[in-house]
Amino acid sequence: MKYTIPEQEIMCSGHKACQGCGATLAMRYALKALGPKTILTIPACCWSVIDGPFPYSSVGVPLFHTAFETAASVASGIRAGLTMRGDTETNVVAWAGDGGTFDIGIQALSGTVERNDNVIYICYDNEAYMNTGVQRSSATPWGAVTTTTPPRHFKKERKKDMMGILAAHSIPYTASASIAYPEDLIKKVNRAKETPGAKFLHIFASCPPGWKTAPELSVQLARLAVQTHVFPLYEIYEGRYYKLSMDPKKKPIIDYIKPQGRFRHLTEEQVAEMDKQVDERYDRLKEQAERSKPWFEKQKKN
Amino acid sequence: MSEEIKWESQSDMPLMAMSLGRMTVNKTGSWRNLRPVIDKEKCIKCGICWKFCPDVAISIDEEDYPVVNLDFCKGCGICATECPKDAIEMVKEE
Repeated sequence: MKYTIPEQEIMCSGHKACQGCGATLAMRYALKALGPKTILTIPACCWSVIDGPFPYSSVGVPLFHTAFETAASVASGIRAGLTMRGDTETNVVAWAGDGGTFDIGIQALSGTVERNDNVIYICYDNEAYMNTGVQRSSATPWGAVTTTTPPRHFKKERKKDMMGILAAHSIPYTASASIAYPEDLIKKVNRAKETPGAKFLHIFASCPPGWKTAPELSVQLARLAVQTHVFPLYEIYEGRYYKLSMDPKKKPIIDYIKPQGRFRHLTEEQVAEMDKQVDERYDRLKEQAERSKPWFEKQKKN
Repeated sequence: MSEEIKWESQSDMPLMAMSLGRMTVNKTGSWRNLRPVIDKEKCIKCGICWKFCPDVAISIDEEDYPVVNLDFCKGCGICATECPKDAIEMVKEE
C-alpha cells in the first residue's frame, strides 16, 4: 500500500488517553515525522497522564516530565547539554498543552524563543485545562462553556493569538496545524526539523469529554474548524512573512458549533457575533498573507 | 518489551524514575462499548482508518486490508466516521 504519511510507528498502543483523543493523534503524527532520535519534555498536561505510569511509557522516545511552567526552559537545557556533547542531530521537543503554553508556560517559552535556542516547541491546543477537568484557559474560544465559565457566564474573552505573540519575537518558523490534515502536519514538523533556531507549532487537537462531543466526531470537528475558518492553517517565516497553507471556501460556522455541547447555550445572535470575530481574524490573516507574497516569490527565485 | 515489570525488593528498582517498559502491557480493549467490524467487500484499501486511529490499533495486512487489534481498540469510532465507503460498522459489544 502507498501511505500518505510515514509508516513508522513510534508511539505504541495501550496509552491512557480517552476515546477519540485528538492530542494522541497529534503525538502520533509528530513522532512519525520526528523519528526515534528525539527527546521530549512534557509539563503537566494531558500527555503527562496519557504516557502512562512509572515504569512504563508509550511514546518510545526519551521523555522528561517537567514542572508546569518549565517545558521550554528544560528543552533549552537539554539542547545545551547535547551541544556540549557534540550531538546536533537529536531533536529536542517541548510538548505542552494550551495551558502550559498560553498561560503558565509563556515566560519560559518567550525566553527560549528570545535566545533562539534550537528546539521545537509544540503546543497541542484542546482549548481548556482538560487534564484537571475542563477549566478555562486563555486558549478557550469566545462563547465556550467550561467548569469555571458555566453557561450563564460563558467565556466572554477572545482566544489569545499565540502565533502573533511568537511572530513578534521574530521566531524563524512558526505554523499552525490540525489533526484532521496529517500530511500537512507532518510537512510542517519536517520543516521545523530542518530550520535552525527556535520553532513553534500550534496543533489543533479536539477533546471529546471537554467539548462534550461524541468521540467519533473528533477528526471531523477538527476538519470543520479549518473549513469554517475558526482555526486557519498558516505559517509565519522569520516572524514577518505569512503564508496560508490552505484557503478553503467558508462553511457556515453553525456546522462546527452544533455538535459541541460547550456551545449549546449560544443564541442565534451570539453565533452571529462569533462568526463576525472569526471573519475579522481571517480577513486580517489574508491581508498579511497578501502583503507577504512578494517575499515568497523572491525566495522561490533564489 | 511489553512484559509486566516486577521487582522483588526496593534495591531492584532504578535510582530514578525512568521508563523501562512499554504501555502495551495495558490492554485498553476492555474500555470498549462498540466494536468496529470491517466489511472487506466495501473496503477500497485506502488506509484512512489506519491513518486516523488514535490508539494505533489498526494495522495493514499483506493483502492491504486493515486489521483491528481488539486488545487495544477503545471503540471511539473515528475509523467508521472517516471511512469514505462506510465499510466499517460499529457493533455493540456483548
